[in-house]
Amino acid sequence: MTGYDDGQPRMGFFTDTSVCIGCKACEVACKEWNGVPENPFAWTGESYDNTSSLGANTWRHVAFIESGGQSTASTVQSASSVQSEDEDFRWLMSSDVCKHCTTAACLDVCPTGALFKTEFETVVVQEDVCNGCGYCVPACPYGVIDRRESDGRAWKCTLCYDRLKVGEEPACAKACPTDSINFGTLEAMTAMAADRLDVVVAAGRAGAQLYGDGPSGGVDGAGSVFLLLDDPEVYGLPPDPIAGSKHLPSLWGAAAAAAVTLAGAVAAAFVGGRR
Amino acid sequence: MAEAHPVGFQWVVEAQRRGATVIHVDPRFTRTSALADVHVPIRAGSDIAFLGGIVNHILSNERDFREYVVAYTNAATILRDDFVDTEDLDGLFSGWDPDTRSYDISSWQYAGMAAGSAAGNREIATSAAETTGAGGAKLEHGDPPERDETLQHPRCVYQVLKRHFSRYTPEVVEQVCGVPPELFARVADALCDNSGRERTGAFCYAVGWTQHSVGVQYIRTASIIQLLLGNIGRPGGGIMALRGHASIQGSTDIPTLYDLLPGYIPMPHAQAYGDFSDYVRRNAAPTGFWGHMSAYLVSLLKAWWGDAATADNDFCFDYLPRISGDHSTYQTLQDMLDGKVNGYFLFGENPAVGSANGRMHRLAMAKLDWLVVRDLVEIESATFWKDSPEIDTGELRTADIGTEVFLLPAAAHTEKDGTFTQTQRLLQWHHKAVEPKGDCRSDLWFTYHLGRLLRERLAGSDDPRDRPLLDLTWDYPTEGPHDEPSADAVLREINGHDADGSLVSGFAELRDDGSTSCGCWIYSGCYADGVNQTARRKPGHQQSWVAPEWGWAWPANRRILYNRASADPDGEPWSARKRYVWWDAAQGRWTGEDVPDFPAATPPDYEPAADAVAERALSGREPFIMQADGRGWLYVPSGLVDGPLPTHYEPHESPVANPLYAQQANPARELVDHPANAYNPSAGQPGAQRFPYVVTTYRLTEHHTAGGMSRFQAHLAELQPEMFCEVSPQLAAECGLEHRGWATIITSRTAIEARVLVTQRIAPLRVQGRTVHQVGLPWHWGGRGLVTGDSANDLFGLALDPNVHIQEVKAASCDIRPGRRPRGPALRRLVESYVEQGADT
Amino acid sequence: MIRKLLPTWPVARQLTTADHLGRGRAAQSPQSAGLRARTADADKVVGSVCPYCAVGCGQQVFVRDGEVIAVEGDPDSPISRGKLCPKGSATHQLVTGPSREQRVRYRRPHASEWEELSLDEAMGMIADRVLATRRDTWQDLDEAGNPLRRTMGLASLGGATLDNEENYLIKKLWTALGAIQIENQARI
Repeated sequence: MTGYDDGQPRMGFFTDTSVCIGCKACEVACKEWNGVPENPFAWTGESYDNTSSLGANTWRHVAFIESGGQSTASTVQSASSVQSEDEDFRWLMSSDVCKHCTTAACLDVCPTGALFKTEFETVVVQEDVCNGCGYCVPACPYGVIDRRESDGRAWKCTLCYDRLKVGEEPACAKACPTDSINFGTLEAMTAMAADRLDVVVAAGRAGAQLYGDGPSGGVDGAGSVFLLLDDPEVYGLPPDPIAGSKHLPSLWGAAAAAAVTLAGAVAAAFVGGRR
Repeated sequence: MAEAHPVGFQWVVEAQRRGATVIHVDPRFTRTSALADVHVPIRAGSDIAFLGGIVNHILSNERDFREYVVAYTNAATILRDDFVDTEDLDGLFSGWDPDTRSYDISSWQYAGMAAGSAAGNREIATSAAETTGAGGAKLEHGDPPERDETLQHPRCVYQVLKRHFSRYTPEVVEQVCGVPPELFARVADALCDNSGRERTGAFCYAVGWTQHSVGVQYIRTASIIQLLLGNIGRPGGGIMALRGHASIQGSTDIPTLYDLLPGYIPMPHAQAYGDFSDYVRRNAAPTGFWGHMSAYLVSLLKAWWGDAATADNDFCFDYLPRISGDHSTYQTLQDMLDGKVNGYFLFGENPAVGSANGRMHRLAMAKLDWLVVRDLVEIESATFWKDSPEIDTGELRTADIGTEVFLLPAAAHTEKDGTFTQTQRLLQWHHKAVEPKGDCRSDLWFTYHLGRLLRERLAGSDDPRDRPLLDLTWDYPTEGPHDEPSADAVLREINGHDADGSLVSGFAELRDDGSTSCGCWIYSGCYADGVNQTARRKPGHQQSWVAPEWGWAWPANRRILYNRASADPDGEPWSARKRYVWWDAAQGRWTGEDVPDFPAATPPDYEPAADAVAERALSGREPFIMQADGRGWLYVPSGLVDGPLPTHYEPHESPVANPLYAQQANPARELVDHPANAYNPSAGQPGAQRFPYVVTTYRLTEHHTAGGMSRFQAHLAELQPEMFCEVSPQLAAECGLEHRGWATIITSRTAIEARVLVTQRIAPLRVQGRTVHQVGLPWHWGGRGLVTGDSANDLFGLALDPNVHIQEVKAASCDIRPGRRPRGPALRRLVESYVEQGADT
Repeated sequence: MIRKLLPTWPVARQLTTADHLGRGRAAQSPQSAGLRARTADADKVVGSVCPYCAVGCGQQVFVRDGEVIAVEGDPDSPISRGKLCPKGSATHQLVTGPSREQRVRYRRPHASEWEELSLDEAMGMIADRVLATRRDTWQDLDEAGNPLRRTMGLASLGGATLDNEENYLIKKLWTALGAIQIENQARI
């Protein structure tokens, strides 16, 4: 369907937040490799998070969630909606990234063909095609893709497409000191995630759960699997993301047929002109 | 560790996956705490009480690894009968002289030993730390100390230790540290449960332990625990210093320190020694490996002065300048303020931000005639004359500052060859990748060419003071477009040569007859077989787990020091699980995973003859071969100036009274009497209530030290873009601090401002029935760079550990109030109002 | 011209490949199709060590046309196994970033601004000042007549970020000068 016939398996991330130390090596390694510009220097007071969210200039983002312990009115904002006096204090950290959805709404709504599926079944936005229309931005159910103010174009994680092409792993996964970020075939990542979940639950982390695993759900499966220690909402992740474009393929099919007709006419015009 | 050494922390994560219990003791709940099994919030400055409580727990429950303790430590050694402990003198040891504020350590010695002598002589009357280098009490030959291996003798180290710490109960730990007994028990039990033949435990520390007026004794307390539990010299054991600069270990091994020559050989002291032979006699230990000190020293002198160094002139020993007291950086600072220092070089260090009492440094640099700053970027220490906080307060005026400043751009590590020595004593060579641009040059280039220019200017001089420069071996080959001196040639000189000019294979080949040269004896062997061993990069996965073919560790490529202790006295591994180095009777040699740290062919049953010297004077069952008695020291008879045993003293500035002794703080701590260094009153002193909170400093993962290598880079600057303070919700409520607002933190030195991060990660502690609040401050900011802010170190005064002159910046007292600090001269008025009120109330 | 352009035209690609919806290969721009990790085309890969903390992580420095194009962790290192922390990951910006000084700067006494100065001139001026200071502050003997052979007018600070070879030369030269006030951050 995406035109690749080389037997390349789908590649993806497994981000194991149970061993994330919030060092932000992933954020920096990503920026250094991909030449991503810095954000404005602004201290947020949101625990140790000063990049705040994924965006055009932040393709890996580490969330810091302080929760539990004695709750007080002046405590740092916590994504956790429930705080119990009895609950042990926790400082959760999690490196978020593009999910490289099976059904990628950003790609589906892109009118220019700037977004496409690579041979690794990752979703990449092409800077030389993107015209900055911004349709993709609201389409993403995770709020990942974003327009950069300086050039107007849309940017997000490419899963280091250039590195993958030469057999290198993405910069963030390579740098990650504790192997919180793992990279490999999605099949292997999903299996690794399941194994780790068993270990973490057996160690007494009752709230641990996988996120983005399996082919079902509103995006028909993600290329980025996460092991979370609490519900997705705690980390600021949508619990039930749905690609608004899920039903678009049939529409696009019709549009494509129309386009083919048009393209044939245009091509004929070119050829005719040349002659 | 996750916070400041994230990549090292991968091994902790891996250990945890394999079942290790990870305990994190820190005033602040950090990234490390987030992954640890146990986090222990502790009052900054109280760790000796905490660790002492563990010592007491081990001894009173007899949880020590007794076979190890009896065989390998000085537990059985009997002390002199005139030694008096702090338990009997209310916080002082015997030998205290209140007039000189120093100890006469003769009563601390082993019974039957000649008093005082040590490798690194310490008997000089002054505070004497400066006369030391190498460690180790000297045993007069033929007089092994008396021992009682039943450990029952009331004056044996074991019993003295037990009594010394007997009052460090869980209740006292709670009173001093704010750690509840159940939490303390969890830590103590975990350590004891991981001791013995089958199991080990390791300690990791950083400057949270060292930057105290009792910093050395913090590490000593951990050493006692590790020796009692049998965790030294064994895999999975040890005490690991997590050092914060790429080659901070190297900079003591090959010291840019005033009191040492390369390889921990003491700088000669003007009043301590007469001639060369007197120096050697007083510093070399007859027993243990320091017995060969004369060979190490003579080889060093030969490396420096070549043919000019002969037996007839004591190998140019007299060319060495003499020290005569404390010439450490904080002493130099005082002299600088007094106008006694004319010229100052800064090599990749930024004291205007990185040193305690930054204002004092900036005021002092304004008194210099000239200053040379070598750095990658335009750091605060290079621009104090135009934009320091003192310009703003009006204390300094640019036009009045006569200091001539040279800012010389440095080459980066990618632009030069050389070695860093990392935190496990591993030398690793980094290769030059590209040429430095513009005027950027390596410090090797700078130093070599400066020396060349100096020698050219002095050529033909007949002044005797110029002989050391003119006779210096300074003929390094140069290469490339900038005439870069060859780092490889320097490393070869460090490794050493024999009489034929061939590279030696290790320090055992060094001689004291002038036939060998060696720039640093402990690094000898780094170029063995003519191969740059430090440049070895055999992939880790192609080697054993010890990975001996990656880089080169001193000494002799040993990865774990004193590893003979990984075997029992008979030379057998303590257990199959923990086998590391053992005696192979068939081969008649020590063997194992690592290079044995023991004379390779000395069997476990070797007993020294009465006239044996150096390492031959130690038996085959004594693993601590650098110590004169071959044993790990639970008790330190010689080598420390502030006590043979660690004792809980409060930080110099503390809102808490010492509940254990009348002696509030380390009696031997070094204080600096200067108007720019006023101190906060502590508990029990008038005005102490003006500074009711504990303040501590630390690093963040996103930044590096004084910021020269992080605040100037956008990809790091954006991650922590502003100076902030961390306070608990309770303290915020008490002081009216608003989350994300501003706070002003005040001490007797200055006041700084910071954004307020209210967080439960800084927990208030219950200490002696009251709540003690702590203020946490990262110290990375200064006035320059992409992100700027006030410097936390400006808040701290100079109160120093007397052994090593380290500054106490990990625990002091402060006040905190909402809002930004005053601008201009009003800042000094605010601080002065505190000092005056503090004194009066 | 057309023959060249036509295959790159998305619609044409859509028609001629199996990607009839234009979501995959057909949508790939020539730039995307030609992407390669820049490290794959490095002239050389130089073994190095991270310059920040003392863990001593292995680094690989990728060089092309005499410029550092990337710095990454060295997977061969048994210490770091290819990992780098955020600071180590920022090494490329550290060594190539715009904040680095590349020219000598000189501040004349009492001046309010930097001036330019050649490196040679600076070195000569520093050498002159070292000798003058040493001459003016030399101490031969202490009050009791013990030899000192030193100057207290010169001091230096730094070394923990330097190479061993650099520290060695500093210690050697300073000692020969009689300058004993050499210090750095290392303590315990």
